[in-house]
Amino acid sequence: MAEVRAEMVANVWKVLVAEGDTVEDGDTLVILESMKMEIPVIAEDDGVVVQLKVAEGDVIQEGDVIAVIE
Amino acid sequence: MFESVLVANRGEIARRIIRTVRRMGLRAIAVYSEADADLPFVREADEAILLGPANPAQSYLDAGKVLEAARASGAQAVHPGYGFFSENAGFARAVVDAGLTWIGPSPEAIERMGDKINARNLMEAAGVPVAAGTREPVTELEQAVAAAAGIGYPVMVKAAGGGGGIGMGVAHDEAGLAKAFEQASRAAARFGGPPAILLERYIERARHVEVQILGLADGTVLALGERDCSVQRRHQKVVEETPSPGVTPELRERMLAAAVRAGEAVGYLGAGTVECLVDADRQDFVFLEMNTRLQVEHPVTELVTGVDLVELQLRIAAGEAVEPPPAPRGHAIEFRVYAEDPKRFFPGPGKIDVWEEPSGEGVRVDSGYTGGNTVTPFYDPLMAKLCVYGETRDEALERAGKAVAGFLVEGPKNNLPFCAELLAHPEFVGGGYDTGLVARMRA
Repeated sequence: MAEVRAEMVANVWKVLVAEGDTVEDGDTLVILESMKMEIPVIAEDDGVVVQLKVAEGDVIQEGDVIAVIE
Repeated sequence: MFESVLVANRGEIARRIIRTVRRMGLRAIAVYSEADADLPFVREADEAILLGPANPAQSYLDAGKVLEAARASGAQAVHPGYGFFSENAGFARAVVDAGLTWIGPSPEAIERMGDKINARNLMEAAGVPVAAGTREPVTELEQAVAAAAGIGYPVMVKAAGGGGGIGMGVAHDEAGLAKAFEQASRAAARFGGPPAILLERYIERARHVEVQILGLADGTVLALGERDCSVQRRHQKVVEETPSPGVTPELRERMLAAAVRAGEAVGYLGAGTVECLVDADRQDFVFLEMNTRLQVEHPVTELVTGVDLVELQLRIAAGEAVEPPPAPRGHAIEFRVYAEDPKRFFPGPGKIDVWEEPSGEGVRVDSGYTGGNTVTPFYDPLMAKLCVYGETRDEALERAGKAVAGFLVEGPKNNLPFCAELLAHPEFVGGGYDTGLVARMRA
């Protein structure tokens, strides 16, 4: 099980996966936006998205869990 | 002259404009979002009007709210700063239609220069050199592939209506082109603009050098010297200096003359910037784009000419005659102090616990924040601009070293360590750098 966490304070601009989706290492899960910069959040393992903790428009803090991949 | 000016912007540029407006004895009206309520520009204005939530679409980019603030405060003129509405012809027109003075060029000039394809064609017709590239909007990948084959790789791919380096990419081959094209198309859609893409021959190891122009009320266009903006990350400027260490007097003369022709071709009024790429080895240049507004890095031009560009903008907008500024003298460098980590340049918003600005001979700081403020993720990462002046480049560099060391910021991540690293880098110190410098420092 791998938790994907936010590296910075950001707004969630786009959510590209849903719970239950199968993802591969390198797939973009969500796109964050902070200070006019788009920051893709990438899966670092193959697996299934068992939890997705953010929605488009959310403001997330550094260290917040974005998704859990199993 | 109008008696009051609404500043439709935020942060350091709102504060910097408000300072000049008040010094001229005019009333300064700020507008702000909920996220910015504690910032200095709100406090320092004569009147400040809350627009709405942090999201720019509900505050700084809500034309109805900004115009209503102008009406409610009795503002007679609107200064857009940079970003937000500064290059929005529709907003400029709405300001004029509301009976107010727009501090900037005509909506027509903004429109003609805002579309990068149109601007390029217009400049070519005016005798300004342009890089080999597409003259018609490219909308399909197939067209892009065919165009790139004709232009020759590497090519720069960008959205015709884009800005701020967003969605720009370099392609070295057809596979790279597909990726860059997709990225630029996505950016175009996001700007709400047409899906029009522009391809241009990419000049490797180029310098980014721009010319400050000033269109006077009588139609004359002046060139106030150049700024070298080659220190960039993600196609966005970090450090600017004037004069450019990579431009000879002969090339400078040609660039300034071309910039004047560019301004005359669109009947330009007020302060504007003609951006060029310079091939330093061949001492040649091509037009890149024109920014129809005050530029972030305008202070370096102010430091070497002694003029206040915002004051000149106001006077020109009011129809006053202004004296041509004196020839530049000395050397000035600006460092953009960003809230970002100094290694990967990722955003690092946060609360400012410590904020101590440097001072001393030849040091100017234009800041948007102070201790106790919070840098939020809603806007660009610029916290302050640290500018230094010296009689020579060496003196400016020496003062810059001390000023960077004397700027204390704790709380948000910031790029002051990067500025110090740059000042110790032989390529920057030697002056022979190009737009690839930052990437090489991080390779």
